[in-house]
Amino acid sequence: MQTFISTLIDGLSLGSLYALVALGYSMVYGIAKMLNFAHGDVIMVGIYVLFVALGAMGTSPLMLTIAALIMIVFCALLGFTIEKLAYKPLRAASPLSVLITAIGVSYLLQNLALLIFGSRQQKVPTYFHLGSIYIGGVQIELLSLLILAVTIVVMILLSIFINKTKLGSAMLAVSEDKGAAQLMGINVNATISLTFVIGSALAGVGALLYAAKMPWVGPYTGSVFGIKAFAAAVFGGIGSIPGAMIGGVLIGIIEAMMNVFLPDVLSNASDGFAYLVLIIMLVIKPTGLLGRKHVEKV
Amino acid sequence: MKTRLQRLLPLAGAALLYGVILLLMATKVLPRSYQQMLPTICTYIIMAVSLNLVVGFLGDLSLGHAAFYAVGAYVGGMILRYLTAIPFGVRVIVAIAAAAAVAFVIGGAFLYFVRKLHGDYLAIVTLAFGEFVRSIVKIIPGTGGSAGLTDIPTIAAGAFPIKYIKAFSWSYVIMVISIFLIVNLIRSRHGRAIMAVRDNSIAAASVGINVSRCRIVTFAIAALFAGIAGVLYAANTAAVNPADFDYNVSIEVLVMVVLGGMGNIGGSIIATIILVALPKVLLDAAQYRLLIYAIALIAMMMLNANPRFTAFKRRVSEKTSKFVKSLGRGRD
Repeated sequence: MQTFISTLIDGLSLGSLYALVALGYSMVYGIAKMLNFAHGDVIMVGIYVLFVALGAMGTSPLMLTIAALIMIVFCALLGFTIEKLAYKPLRAASPLSVLITAIGVSYLLQNLALLIFGSRQQKVPTYFHLGSIYIGGVQIELLSLLILAVTIVVMILLSIFINKTKLGSAMLAVSEDKGAAQLMGINVNATISLTFVIGSALAGVGALLYAAKMPWVGPYTGSVFGIKAFAAAVFGGIGSIPGAMIGGVLIGIIEAMMNVFLPDVLSNASDGFAYLVLIIMLVIKPTGLLGRKHVEKV
Repeated sequence: MKTRLQRLLPLAGAALLYGVILLLMATKVLPRSYQQMLPTICTYIIMAVSLNLVVGFLGDLSLGHAAFYAVGAYVGGMILRYLTAIPFGVRVIVAIAAAAAVAFVIGGAFLYFVRKLHGDYLAIVTLAFGEFVRSIVKIIPGTGGSAGLTDIPTIAAGAFPIKYIKAFSWSYVIMVISIFLIVNLIRSRHGRAIMAVRDNSIAAASVGINVSRCRIVTFAIAALFAGIAGVLYAANTAAVNPADFDYNVSIEVLVMVVLGGMGNIGGSIIATIILVALPKVLLDAAQYRLLIYAIALIAMMMLNANPRFTAFKRRVSEKTSKFVKSLGRGRD
């Protein structure tokens, strides 16, 4: 029972990480109608930036703050650049071309990282020295609680931004109907750029928390994580903030449970089962728990 | 309409090409490292042409073509390795038939399961399926687990250049048959149905094409040929490992299809030859291979979206088709 509860909390914190990243997918998918394959790799780049920055400056609180800021800004700029250089010229192209380009960008980032840092996993220095507390005999890591708290705060801020500010309304309008939004005087290109910047900055926050929890980084760290986060976004409903949270937490808990409770014979293929769960989730709920039904018209 | 003779003309060309390559191999004009590469090229051509069926003709993006390659390699490899009671020649045929059948069924069943998904979602699901297959073979008994299946009896036996001639010959024959079958499929009624689904699935459905069934069957057929390519791989390399079928393989084949032109079989073949041979020719560039793939993917999409480039491409293709026609007239 104690293992169960601590696994549950572990899954909850892992899931909130998924949720943070899922938001980036969800926002971009909602507004640009494309799957930003490279989103997961932005996280990977972020962790490498953190790895280099912390390695150079040390992990004192001040340096950590500076490194984290550098990293988040770097991620945001990377997202902005990717959109400008790769996706913007293809606004009018077929969805298949856009998707292939996105895969190309993701592949480019992975292989740049491979060339620069090699295929070996690098250890990111520990920077959050948090212990754990015991509640009723159950050990809970404070880091898990921190991740959960940060995610919830970010989600609330994002909800306020989207629903209460003018820029947020512009984003909603563009995701609803690009043409009409343009006629209303909204700068569509700037709005899409803004979405990429916010999504990538969220990926940066995700990277900061991810590296605290799992301090190893390799060229493919982001893509696996990103695929799961995308499944979370789809399962919760594209475009929905609480949906991303629900989807993320669900995947996180299933994954944590599988790691602990899967029989030894099968644990060799635990990655495979994670992907199987993902396929099943996409198949049973492609419109998402909280997503809107999409009717196909001629 | 083309006469039957004209349809068989490419086969005659393939036979001629085979003769030329064989001569180059037997006289050792073609160095060892290139001879070694030829079976790989054949294998990848089958992979690229079959993926083109899905991506270029059906219009669905698959990022898990390596999954069916793996299925074929393991089914074929295990039959070659364990069913030693059957004479080797027969065993190869059994291996190909079994691998093709299993890959066909798995491909069809997979797409049946995910038939409601399109576009980005299908891409993600195929990617996940590829990784799922790769990791699940580790726990299936008889596959050798993470270490892989080794000591597969191989066709490539004997001294240089006999060894490579054998490996190339059977790979080439199977490749030509596969391409011939796929091209004929595309030119048939079913092929037109596949392209109709790509161009407008709603319109296709309204003229009586069963869109779901069409997608499932096309995907299954592509899987079938990937399975056959898997047997070639297993029988030529004598060892298969789960790591041989990762995401990178699926992307590599996708790059071949995209670079050659989606929906263009000849393009896939040429792009495959270039991409397999390139790292050998430019040894210094080998470590940048994957980076070049990524840039090639992005650049192709950018160019195709550029109106000036597409206009240029149209002019060139018009000129070449005029030229080919004038050649044809000259012959009459």
